[in-house]
Amino acid sequence: MNGPAGRSLGRRKRADLFFRALAAASAAAVILALLLILGTILWKAVPALSLSMLTRTPKGGFYLGREGGILNAIVGSLELALGATALAFLLSLPLALYLNLYKDRSSKTAAWTRFSLDVLWGVPSIVYGAFGFIVMLALGLRASLLAGILTVALLEFPIMCRAIDEVLRLVPRELREASDSLGATRFETAFRVFTRQAAPGILTGVLLAFGRGIGDAASVLFTAGFADRVPASLGDPAATLPLAIFFQLGTPFPEVQQRAYASAAVLTLIILLVSLAGRTAGRKADRNVVK
Amino acid sequence: MRPLKDALARRAMGLTAALPAALVVLIVAGLFLRSRAIVAVEPLSKLLFSSAWQPLQGKFGLLPFIAGTVWVTATALALALPVSILAAIYLSEYAPGWVRKAAKPVVDLLAGLPSVVYGVWGVILVVPFVGNVLAPLAGAASSGYSVLAGGIVLAIMTFPTIIHVTLEVFAAVPRSLREASLSLGATKWETTRHVVLRKGAQGILAASVLGFSRAFGETMAVLMVVGNVPAVPRSLFDAGYPLPALIANNYGEMMSVPRYDAALMAAALVLTLIVLFFNVLARRTLVRAERRGR
Repeated sequence: MNGPAGRSLGRRKRADLFFRALAAASAAAVILALLLILGTILWKAVPALSLSMLTRTPKGGFYLGREGGILNAIVGSLELALGATALAFLLSLPLALYLNLYKDRSSKTAAWTRFSLDVLWGVPSIVYGAFGFIVMLALGLRASLLAGILTVALLEFPIMCRAIDEVLRLVPRELREASDSLGATRFETAFRVFTRQAAPGILTGVLLAFGRGIGDAASVLFTAGFADRVPASLGDPAATLPLAIFFQLGTPFPEVQQRAYASAAVLTLIILLVSLAGRTAGRKADRNVVK
Repeated sequence: MRPLKDALARRAMGLTAALPAALVVLIVAGLFLRSRAIVAVEPLSKLLFSSAWQPLQGKFGLLPFIAGTVWVTATALALALPVSILAAIYLSEYAPGWVRKAAKPVVDLLAGLPSVVYGVWGVILVVPFVGNVLAPLAGAASSGYSVLAGGIVLAIMTFPTIIHVTLEVFAAVPRSLREASLSLGATKWETTRHVVLRKGAQGILAASVLGFSRAFGETMAVLMVVGNVPAVPRSLFDAGYPLPALIANNYGEMMSVPRYDAALMAAALVLTLIVLFFNVLARRTLVRAERRGR
C-alpha cells in the first residue's frame, strides 16, 4: 500500500518512528542540560560550602583567599530584590487591574500597553543597567542600594505586570457582573474582588519577578556598586550575589574560585526555593477564591 | 465619597498605563542623548564598520563587537533551534500527559536560572570541553574561551524562550485539523510536518526571532566564557567580544577617558535598537497569528 508521497507504509512508519525518537531525544537533552548544570554547580560547591561563609562578611584579603564570607552579598541581594519587587508590584498591580477592569479587554489602549510590556520584557538587562546609570547621573545619585532598587524594579516591572495580567484575564466575567450588580464601584471590584480572586496567581507572578531580580547581574553592575559591608541605608553601595560570584571567579586564586562555586550554589538554591514557593503558594493561597 | 475615590483611582491607574510605552521611548532617548558626543562627531559608517578600538587614541570602531555578537548569537541559534523545536514537537505531539506536566517546571527553571550561574557552569565544564576535546578534534588550538563556548552556553539559555513560544503556537493549531489528517491515514510525523508545522510556520519564525533577540543581549554568561578579545573572530574557536560584554567590562574606566562613556552608550544604543527591532517584528507576527487563529 502506498501513502500520500507514494512511499510504502513500512517506510512511512519507519520515518515516523525515527522522528519520534529524534524529538524525544531533543526533549531529553533539554532536561539533561538542566540536571547537568545543577549537578555541576552543587558538586563543585560542596567542598567550599561552610556555615562561616554564609554568616560572615569579607575580611581583609578575602579576595586573595583569606578569611570571611559572603554575608554582605546575600543580605545585599535580598534587600535589593525585596525593594525592587515591592516597587515593581506598586506599578504592576494597578496597571494590570486597569487593563482588565477599566479598559475593555480588547481595546486599543490595552493592546498597545500589552505590546509595549512584551517589548520591554525583551530589553536586555545590560540596557536596563546602562539606562539606570543615566538616570542615576541625571538625578545626582551615587551607585547605591537605592539606585540598584530603582533599576531592578524597572527590569522586573514588565515580567510581573504581564504575569499578573495573564491571571486577571482568567477571572470569570460573572464575578465582575455580580460585583457590579451589588453596586460596587470599579475600584472596589478591582481591589476587593479581582485581587482576592487572583491572589494565588498574583503571588506566583511576584515570586517569578523576585527570582529574576535577585539573579540579575548586568543591571546592578553600574548601579548598585559593591561593598564589603552590609548596607546600612539606601544610600550605601550594596554587594549582590551575582556580582560577588563574578568577581570571585575572576581572581586568579583557586581558593577564591572555589568560593565562587559555593556562592553560585547559594544563589541557585535561593532561586530553586523561590520557584518552589511560587508553585506551592499558587496552590495554597486560594482560600478566598470562588470556584 | 465612593464615586470620588473611584474617579481618582481611575486617573491614577490610567497614568500607569502610559508607563510601558514611555519607558521604551525614554530608554532609547536617554541612550541617544548620552551617546551624542560620539554619534555627532564620528560618521556613523566609521563607528559601526571600523575595527579600530583604541579608546586612548580616541578610536572607537564597534565592528569587532558587533561581529562578536553576531557570531555568538548565530552559533547559539544554530544549536538551539533544532533542539528546541524538536523538543516542543515531542512535548506537544508525542509526549504522554505526565511527561508534558513534568517538563513544564524544567523549562521554567532553565528560564529562571541566573545568567551568572550559567556562566560559572560554562567556565567549569564548557570551556575545558571546547579547549581540550572539541578544538583538538577540529585540529584547532584554542584556550576554550571562544565563540563556540559562548554559543553553547547561550543555546541552553535560549531553549526555554523558543520552546515556550513554540508550544503556544502548536497549542493554537486546531485539534480538528490534526484529526482530519490522521483520519486520512497520515502518520503522526506526517501530520506534524504537513499540518502542525505548516500552520504554525509563522509562529515558529517569531519564536526563533524572540530567541535570537534574547541571545543577542545576554551579557554575563557570555562575557564569562567568550574570551573578550577585541578582534573580529575568524573561527568558532577564536575568542570574541560581544557588545554587551564590552559595556559590562568597561563601566569602571569609562568616565576617565574622553568620549569613552559616549562610545559605550552608543554601543548600548546599537544593541537596544537591534533588539527592539526584532522584538517588535516577532511580537507583531505573534499577535497577527493569534488573531487569525481565532
